Amino acid sequence: MLTVSLYRYNPETDKAPYMQDVQLDTGGKDLMVLDVLELLKAQDPSIAYRRSCREGVCGSDGMNMNGKNGLACITALSETVKNNKLVLRPLPGLPVVRDLVVDMSIFYKQYEKVKPFLINNNPAPAIERLQSPEDREKLDGLYECILCACCSTSCPSFWWNPDRFIGPAGLLQAYRFLADSRDTATADRLANLDDPFSVFRCRGIMNCVSVCPKGLNPTRAIGHIREMLIRRAT
Amino acid sequence: MVTQVTSFGRSGLSDWVVQRVSAVILGAYTVFLAAWVICSPDMSYADWTELFSCTAMRIFSLLALLSMIAHAWIGIWTIATDYLTPMSFGKAATKVRFLFLCVCAVVLFVYLIWGIDILWSVK
Repeated sequence: MLTVSLYRYNPETDKAPYMQDVQLDTGGKDLMVLDVLELLKAQDPSIAYRRSCREGVCGSDGMNMNGKNGLACITALSETVKNNKLVLRPLPGLPVVRDLVVDMSIFYKQYEKVKPFLINNNPAPAIERLQSPEDREKLDGLYECILCACCSTSCPSFWWNPDRFIGPAGLLQAYRFLADSRDTATADRLANLDDPFSVFRCRGIMNCVSVCPKGLNPTRAIGHIREMLIRRAT
Repeated sequence: MVTQVTSFGRSGLSDWVVQRVSAVILGAYTVFLAAWVICSPDMSYADWTELFSCTAMRIFSLLALLSMIAHAWIGIWTIATDYLTPMSFGKAATKVRFLFLCVCAVVLFVYLIWGIDILWSVK
């Protein structure tokens, strides 16, 4: 039997969040954490969590599993369970809407700040803006982000200053457009990042790298942004 | 863009560079002093006085003192803006943080004046 300790909070009925322990028979199978939640929801339909694609593509079911952020749909019990116990909490640092569902508004606000779209004021060519294979290669490891927020919500700098530090997810996307040969707004983008909080609150502890379910490296991208800022200023 | 009038250089990049350059200076000063002490097994008060009365050593010490002050201010400011925020102190956060930074500024200023006084009093 697996003991699942579940973070429960319904603001309409609960004064404060609490942990609910539930026993579950997994039948000896190495289920994914999302499967466990589905089984629990079949027993108690009031359990709330987000999910969609169930294959690590949509990024909906980011949560904290035994102390580490990740996607429930692609995290097997064998990867996370210790002493037959699974503790499930919402992503840390964000306001809880209900149970494992968090309010991601501030995360998206930070994402919006980096203008995550191509800016090119040159006249549009007849067919498309071309890019060499080498320039295209520079976007590998950046464009794959699914915005699940596992990285930003594992970052203490984001916990303390979620309104001013852009966070690893936003900064990875900031660099994705800084590195794009077709983007012409590099100077403006860099000017918007040269304050004491947006980029420089990163202390390089690499929690973001250790939790990213897509295996991306926001710390490296942040390092590249710093290099670009130094080159621009010196 | 977010700016903070109390940050050292008012730019994230400037603070970042100052913190790293000052760390290198402090590291060099520490290594030099440690090496000097190790290489002087029979060190006497006279040797110590001779070292610190040399102009080059005074300049190096002053540089290390200024680096320490810049390094400390950036670090303290970062800690203050991480932890002394409305999240922990509510509406009083700005006052608490400002007071804390004022106390730190006074302490660092005293260190600077005291340090200069000590360095230039060695004859």
